[in-house]
Amino acid sequence: MTEILYGVFVGPFRDMAGSPAFLVEVLLGGVATGLMYSLVALGFVLIFKASGVFNFAQGVMVLFAALTLVGLMERGVPVAVALVMTMAVMVGLAFLIERVVLRPLVNQEAIILFMATIGLNFFLEGFGEMVWGANVKKLDVGIPDRSFIVAGVQINQLEMSAAATAAVLVAILAVFFQRTRIGRALRAVADDHEAALSIGIPLKTIWLIVWSVAGLVAIVAGIMWGAKSGVQFSLSLVALKALPVLILGGFTSVPGAIVGGLIVGVGEKLGEVYWGPLVGGAIENWFAYVIALVFLLFRPQGLFGERIIERV
Amino acid sequence: MIYREAGQYWLQAVLIPFLIYSMAAIGLNLLTGYAGQLSLGTGGFMAVGGYAAFKLTTAFPWLNIVVVFALAGVIAALVGLVFGVPSLRIKGFYLAVATLAAQFFLIWLFNKVAWFTNYASSGTITAPPRTVAGVMVTGPLATAGARYVAALGLVMLGALVAKNLVRGRIGRSWMAIRDRDIAAEIIGVRPLRTKLLAFGISSFYCGVAGAEYVFLYLGSAETLAFDIGLSFLVLFMVIIGGLGSILGSFLGAAFIVLVPIFLTNVPHMLHLPLPVALQKQIELMVFGGLIIFFLIVEPHGLARLWQIAKEKLRLWPFPH
Amino acid sequence: MTLRACSIALLAVLVAAGPALAPAPVVAQGKDVFIPLLVYRTGPFAPSGIPIANGFVDYFTLLNERDGGVNGVKITWEECETQYDTKQGVECYERLKGRGAALVNPYSTGITYQLIPKAPVDKVPVFSMGYGMSASSDGRWFPWVFNFPTNYWSQASAVIRYIGTQEGGLEKLKGKKIVHVFHNSPYGKEANPTLEELSRKYQFELTLLPVDTPGQEQKSTWLQVRKLNPDWIFMSGWGVMNQVAVKEAAAIGFKMDHFIGNWWSSSDADVVPAGDGAKGYKGATFHAPGTNFKVHSEIVKHVYDKGKGAGKKEEMGSPLYNRGVVNAMFSAEAIRTAMKGAKGQAPTPEQMRWGFENLNLTEKRLEEIGMKGFTHPIKVTCEDHEGSGPVLIEQWDGKKWNIVSDWIQPMKDVVRPKIETAAVDEAKKLGYSQRDCGKEK
Repeated sequence: MTEILYGVFVGPFRDMAGSPAFLVEVLLGGVATGLMYSLVALGFVLIFKASGVFNFAQGVMVLFAALTLVGLMERGVPVAVALVMTMAVMVGLAFLIERVVLRPLVNQEAIILFMATIGLNFFLEGFGEMVWGANVKKLDVGIPDRSFIVAGVQINQLEMSAAATAAVLVAILAVFFQRTRIGRALRAVADDHEAALSIGIPLKTIWLIVWSVAGLVAIVAGIMWGAKSGVQFSLSLVALKALPVLILGGFTSVPGAIVGGLIVGVGEKLGEVYWGPLVGGAIENWFAYVIALVFLLFRPQGLFGERIIERV
Repeated sequence: MIYREAGQYWLQAVLIPFLIYSMAAIGLNLLTGYAGQLSLGTGGFMAVGGYAAFKLTTAFPWLNIVVVFALAGVIAALVGLVFGVPSLRIKGFYLAVATLAAQFFLIWLFNKVAWFTNYASSGTITAPPRTVAGVMVTGPLATAGARYVAALGLVMLGALVAKNLVRGRIGRSWMAIRDRDIAAEIIGVRPLRTKLLAFGISSFYCGVAGAEYVFLYLGSAETLAFDIGLSFLVLFMVIIGGLGSILGSFLGAAFIVLVPIFLTNVPHMLHLPLPVALQKQIELMVFGGLIIFFLIVEPHGLARLWQIAKEKLRLWPFPH
Repeated sequence: MTLRACSIALLAVLVAAGPALAPAPVVAQGKDVFIPLLVYRTGPFAPSGIPIANGFVDYFTLLNERDGGVNGVKITWEECETQYDTKQGVECYERLKGRGAALVNPYSTGITYQLIPKAPVDKVPVFSMGYGMSASSDGRWFPWVFNFPTNYWSQASAVIRYIGTQEGGLEKLKGKKIVHVFHNSPYGKEANPTLEELSRKYQFELTLLPVDTPGQEQKSTWLQVRKLNPDWIFMSGWGVMNQVAVKEAAAIGFKMDHFIGNWWSSSDADVVPAGDGAKGYKGATFHAPGTNFKVHSEIVKHVYDKGKGAGKKEEMGSPLYNRGVVNAMFSAEAIRTAMKGAKGQAPTPEQMRWGFENLNLTEKRLEEIGMKGFTHPIKVTCEDHEGSGPVLIEQWDGKKWNIVSDWIQPMKDVVRPKIETAAVDEAKKLGYSQRDCGKEK
């Protein structure tokens, strides 16, 4: 019994203190991974914020974006052109989704729209693979996946770049939401659909814009994750890792997705590295949800979610 | 010979899974459709049922397998209760986190602790041969017909009980909680009891479905068979079929099980020599397209569509 | 009709037409040998599934084109897409078995476990070549299941033997640190008990690090590896987990020639995303990579040059393509053996099972079929359905895989007793009894 108590409450902390450089590595690893989750979660947040739709197809959109980019590059299109073309494809996709899926379902309950994105998910899975094939494709972003050592701490170049990218992306989105006309319109729609419509904000345009922006965010997420594992079908599964981040951050908040990502990333790495060995490891997947659950018990609307005001 | 083979295929690959998924979908529909609590832990609760049934029947081989299924359901219900507790504080999409935690934790647990598989070197559980009234219903020698009848009997019973449940006091209190929880509380519905009851009963159904899944359908299983994909699949069935409808659970399960098999068989029927990969990709696209199509036509699920069809047919061919 | 009425009609057709589409089973006519091919050319594991399926189909096409089949009996097959999903695999099997399946290659751990109990009932031999249930190597308990030329436990012991020779003898393993990174599933855990036993025997320090499926994110695993700084890493990975692991190992600067993947973790797809970082990465295998064997030039001549190839000519020779070729060859040789009792007809299920059990693939026979040095001779017996075949180590040089070891014998003295114990457990669960191999001779 004392052994168990020691293992849980003393041992891990002793390990941390014993090797601070390694602790810093774990923390950095957690931050980098967490921001990678945030990149995926951001796409969900954008769409949920403006239209209340939980977009099940976000993971497949990440895959589809990366597949398109790599597929074009493999066919000899220069990187910059391929990137622009991929962006055009994602905007085109947003247009089609708005026209074919969302418009006929306007004013339906959230769960129905959620189900529609599941249909979209199946469709894109089949379509992406039909067009680009199922093989693993190498995605070279020009940043070597190498590490260097600073003061005994190993730092990975690719991960740091990914983290920086996420930070820049959030800054851009923040400016977009706070300072531009469209951004304000988006926030108005998010606050109250009907009120926004009544003052002349066109819902169709807004939806087109958020789905396009979510598509662009999917490109970034696809590039960063694709650089890690190669571009392949499994990319669509990163959405699962973004789920606890999304819920913890509160569905509607851009900063929430980032802070949520950091908490989940750092939390699960610390848990796995220091406490995982006690029970045989591989606890990350559920540990992330337990972290999110604990936070939610104190803040049921997520860290940055809109306060739920209940009336009868 | 030909008919026997074809019949076997339909029983084993189509009808048995359809009935078992229907059972799970009824369970989830009680929780999500009637009581309004979103759950993404169906796969985990089904795993509890499957592993519990395996442990019970190997520890007490004399115990009737139907009793084993029921006990497995009870164990799943207890686990469901535990993970239902956060529903008092967390609502809506946020509640998904509690059930997702259940899903990932339970799968991890069954994978990690060798006791659950009786320390099998293969790490899988296998349905041993068991009989009901002298007929072999589980194990490698049980015929598809026997397993089908067993699954059919269980799901009929389950549907009947569920139907009565939702018509009665319990069902009404669930719906009250779903529609306006604070108002329900004011008129005297106790949220703690009502919600936990929903989690418990729902998990019971899922647990029985999980036991059937291993014993009547797959024959042997590893934890991967119960992964998050299964949770999503059952949720799709419930939404497509119609939230808050027992019949919808069956229709949704039929849609998700039958339509892909139908689509797989179409190229064969038309003698189209398509490569299998292309076939599968087209199948996925058409399947996704059909989901969207049916939602646009009737957002309230196939059950509603069925009702309309029934009314139309009653009047047909003289609509006035 | 309104849209709604249309959709009702459509739904009725979709559901009701299902039974009408019941596959019309063609009863085996004794003319052809039919093989259902469960393949996964789509989905998350397709990068592995495509080359295997292509190798498989190309070899059968070669036999039909060049020799008119096996002993003049044509081989027919039908592919069925499983997406590596157990349920879809079972659906495929049920759909195709009625056409008189001579044998089935499940090509997934999950599907293999489904088919093992069905095999004696349906009388379709299950050939899970180097995968599936290790315990089924004991043919006395599992007459219908074959997993030669070798299994996961033999592989683990051969890899340890290889590490021993690299270190200068098995006794030098004492005190060495070896990490097993494994897919956290029954498949990934297969090697653990064998490794644990060997670590006690040779006193190396073994650390087991599980990676949860799918394994896209392995930061904590590799942080732990970095902290441990092991001498060797052995990996039992699958799918995207392999690609990420190779990349992460390269990123932390682990010496890649001390990193060995099992035979499902060492194909082209696994090393491509890591680029140059993967150079030096090793893998275990039971057949050679590359295309410089006679069988490959025959495939080019009789299959690809006639435009009948399943894939692209340039993609031949990857480890998994060659695995498909070997798998098809073993199947064809088993059919040939089975025909001894069938007098040139397509064999019956019992004859087919006998053919597998009495397969004796000699050096001479390998040379005849253009596979000299491609794989090792094998003899299957009633007791031993695994054959305890030896293992090769291959290494990635940045462009292709090269063999870097001799044939390494597994430690049969360690593995076989474990197999026999496990076989009793697994067979008891299914209510099987042991047969007496002495009587069958």
